[in-house]
Amino acid sequence: MTLSSHFAILVVVVPLVMAPLVAVLPSRSGIPWLVASLTAFISFLLAIGVTQQVMAQGVLLYELGDWPVPFGIGLVIGPFAALLLLVITGASLGALLWGRASMNQEVGEEHQSLLYACWLLATAGLVGITITGDAFNVFVFMEISALASYVLVSAGPSRQALTATFKYLVTGTIGATFYLIGVGYLYMMTGTLNMADMADRLSQVSETAPVLMASGFIILGLALKAALFPMHAWMPNAYRYAPTIVTVFLAACSTKVALFVLIRFDFLILQPNLGDHALLFTTILMPLCIVAFLVGSTVAVFERDLKRMLAYSSVAQIGYILLGASLVSSAGTTAAILHMFNHAIIKAALFMAVGAMVLRYGSSRISDIAGAGKSMPWTMAAFCVAGLSLIGVPLTAGFMSKWFLIQAMLEIEGIGYLVVFLILVSSLLAVVYIWKVIEVAYFQAPASMPHGEPPRLISEAPMPMLFMIWLLAIANIWFGIDPSLPLGLAGMEVQQLLGASR
Amino acid sequence: MTQSTQLLLALFVPLIGGVLLTIAGRWPNIRETITLTTAGVLMLLVWSFLPALLAGERPEAHLATLMPGLSIAFKIEPLGMLFACLASLLWIVNSVYSIGYMRGNHEKHQTRFYACFTIALSAAIGIAFAENLFTLFVFYEVLTLSTYPLVAHKGDPQTIHQARVYMGILLATSIGLLLPAIIFTYSVAGTLSFTPGGILEGHLAGPAVGLLLLMFILGVGKAAVMPVHRWLPAAMVAPTPVSALLHAVAVVKAGVFTVTKLILYIFGPDYVFSQAGTDWLIPAACFTIVAASVVALRQTNLKRMLAYSTVAQLSYVVMAAALLAPISQVGAALHILAHGVGKITLFFAAGAIYVASKKTELGQLNGIGRRMPITMVAFTIGALSMIGMPPTAGAISKWGILGGALDTHNMLVILTLLASTLLNCAYFLPVIFRAFLMPEDVAPKKDHGEAPWPMVLALSTTALLTLAFFFFNGIPIALELQIYQGTP
Repeated sequence: MTLSSHFAILVVVVPLVMAPLVAVLPSRSGIPWLVASLTAFISFLLAIGVTQQVMAQGVLLYELGDWPVPFGIGLVIGPFAALLLLVITGASLGALLWGRASMNQEVGEEHQSLLYACWLLATAGLVGITITGDAFNVFVFMEISALASYVLVSAGPSRQALTATFKYLVTGTIGATFYLIGVGYLYMMTGTLNMADMADRLSQVSETAPVLMASGFIILGLALKAALFPMHAWMPNAYRYAPTIVTVFLAACSTKVALFVLIRFDFLILQPNLGDHALLFTTILMPLCIVAFLVGSTVAVFERDLKRMLAYSSVAQIGYILLGASLVSSAGTTAAILHMFNHAIIKAALFMAVGAMVLRYGSSRISDIAGAGKSMPWTMAAFCVAGLSLIGVPLTAGFMSKWFLIQAMLEIEGIGYLVVFLILVSSLLAVVYIWKVIEVAYFQAPASMPHGEPPRLISEAPMPMLFMIWLLAIANIWFGIDPSLPLGLAGMEVQQLLGASR
Repeated sequence: MTQSTQLLLALFVPLIGGVLLTIAGRWPNIRETITLTTAGVLMLLVWSFLPALLAGERPEAHLATLMPGLSIAFKIEPLGMLFACLASLLWIVNSVYSIGYMRGNHEKHQTRFYACFTIALSAAIGIAFAENLFTLFVFYEVLTLSTYPLVAHKGDPQTIHQARVYMGILLATSIGLLLPAIIFTYSVAGTLSFTPGGILEGHLAGPAVGLLLLMFILGVGKAAVMPVHRWLPAAMVAPTPVSALLHAVAVVKAGVFTVTKLILYIFGPDYVFSQAGTDWLIPAACFTIVAASVVALRQTNLKRMLAYSTVAQLSYVVMAAALLAPISQVGAALHILAHGVGKITLFFAAGAIYVASKKTELGQLNGIGRRMPITMVAFTIGALSMIGMPPTAGAISKWGILGGALDTHNMLVILTLLASTLLNCAYFLPVIFRAFLMPEDVAPKKDHGEAPWPMVLALSTTALLTLAFFFFNGIPIALELQIYQGTP
């Protein structure tokens, strides 16, 4: 066996092994950052390798220690998982390269090695959830990533970070526990934890009370983790008070991983075996998703803090993603997967730009960044590009998502037309909240300082930040013109998800 | 140079000019030279397509394919050619005028002003040459966004508020109605290419067509069919060169151009008006014409009066395009041209009056014709063109529209034209009367004559164009007739 056949396991092992190593490196130097970045870089390369293999084979199966699957643990990487792997490892690498200056400023140098160790653990956890084929392993990795994330969020510069973390911790634990209860019931009824086996054996015991309970617990638990409205309360403050570098990373991928598990679990295991589960899935989730994007966008309009504004916008975007999936149609699921990818690059770019402004202005209040269009022209220009993409202006990645989502809604006719209208209303709200920032940054003069002090001189963000911000801004345009990579993988996945059951 | 590269060049030349003039922002003379050169090169590029178009060719260019049936592509056809020729010609005149206006008024942020203008012009050319509805939509949005800084130029709270109204209405209609209409069209027809005879026949029938038409007409907010006309008076807070080129030519004409193009190439005029639920379009346009004219009658501010007059005149084009007679549809195309040169003259005159005397209200204009004779003569020519009196451009296009109305025996349109002509007389003639025949109330604090010479030059050029179009209109008519008679 060659090395390339082990990429699937290496992508989770590499960060997991490197984490304790980073923890013992000297904190007051650039070394922990450097090692963490190198590790993230290797993970990213491995993820690219895995994606290539998935594109060639369709699904990548890997048996740990060569133990055949029902006895040993198997990894299953489908196209959707591969796409998410790219997002997770890419976000980890991108945020690390972007955020050294931000980390130094917000966290200080004392605990850096521990934080970078947690960072790698969080990455390993998220990657693990994505690639494992075992329902219990999902829970294990979920806890690894969650515990590491709590530490990362609590490292935020202000004391509110602690209360935000507490809320995050309580909600996250409830979500994970619900998931575990559900998996426990399913194990009781089927005697297996392997997802593929579970899907096979569930048909014999479907419609029994424990299985129905299990489906309820699993969906609710994952929805909590994914911050689906009205279970989003932990998110805005977690994003607001975490160190910005952590926010960039978490916003780009952590909720998406929960959505990924939710979609795969439901489509592969529950829907084929439970009679009217698909219908139930639609009727429960669709209204929640619609309320999610309407409420998320509306609250974002009235937010005065950039990070909280973007967090509420994320609540809305999660609504869009799950709305597509809730249709249980190939067009809808394609839209969901595509938007998951696009939203990652949109939000990463926006949070990076905001982070650069926080670095220079020392505040994330919208009213404090007046004049940023003049003092930080490149950062603001990238913010505009990513903002347009969030709105869904043509030739940006966000437009592609909206296009596919609206097409999918038009397919179902009837209520679909109403939903299309609501999606567009929500897009208009996005115009309002993005424009609010642009107006302050470009058309308002900086507030005068008290006591006649000379105004502070704000300079452009440091070069590494600017480079990453623009890389993502360009990615937003690139994937708006040529969406073949995410679209191709989404198409393959939809064939596997829906081809199997219908 | 192949036709395809030349076409793409026409799109990029304004943008390149925009970058260059931003770099040269510190040296006003170099900056203005770049603007004028860019405008000249653009006009050369666009106008040199004329012989090919008249010979029946349709130059094409392809930029990118997003997915099957959805691409950024360009194709020149007669209607778009006319729009592009008009916009590129008037940009030069307007640039000369802008220089006089911006310097005469000591405006700030002049570099931003000229840079945004270049983006807006590139977008207008993109709209004119778009091969499909998607490409058109992209440039339509670029045009909206790039004109916001121009409208909000002054930067005080009142201006910002009006600019928000401007952008809010245009974005809300385009994202809320136009985009879903486009996606719906794509999902039923499978294509968005502009095709003679339309793409909907056989895919959609009955009241759904009427509903789609409603979404399109209201979605194209730039055409200012009531009730989505409010942005146009709001946009009058912009400096006059912006009102002149964008809100008399580029932006509003982009709107009616889009409507005409939709009727001709997406719906197919014969098909759409044979379906149920589409007969509201002509009455809606007629209502807008009369209502906007009545509102114009009550305005006391010169620019706002002109804005409401524009709202009315735009609906002429919509109405003419909806009449099922070839002669009226040629009239629609010609009216885009005729109203363009006429209205820009009127705005130029309004701006010249403002720069020379700081006067903006109608009541202040007594006797101004004696101080500014050239300006007010040009104003008179523009006003006569609005009324539709020979020998001005407006007479030709109105003739076409009226001919179509008579051919189809549409009494409503005939009566509307009659009423509108009278109303136009009623609000334009008193201005001319005041300017030339009434004595000045009080002598101005500062004795003034005409505005700076670049402005006078610009407004006399467009006034002459308005007159010339009455006599020399063979080429545009020949061009537009191609649409209905097939290419030779």
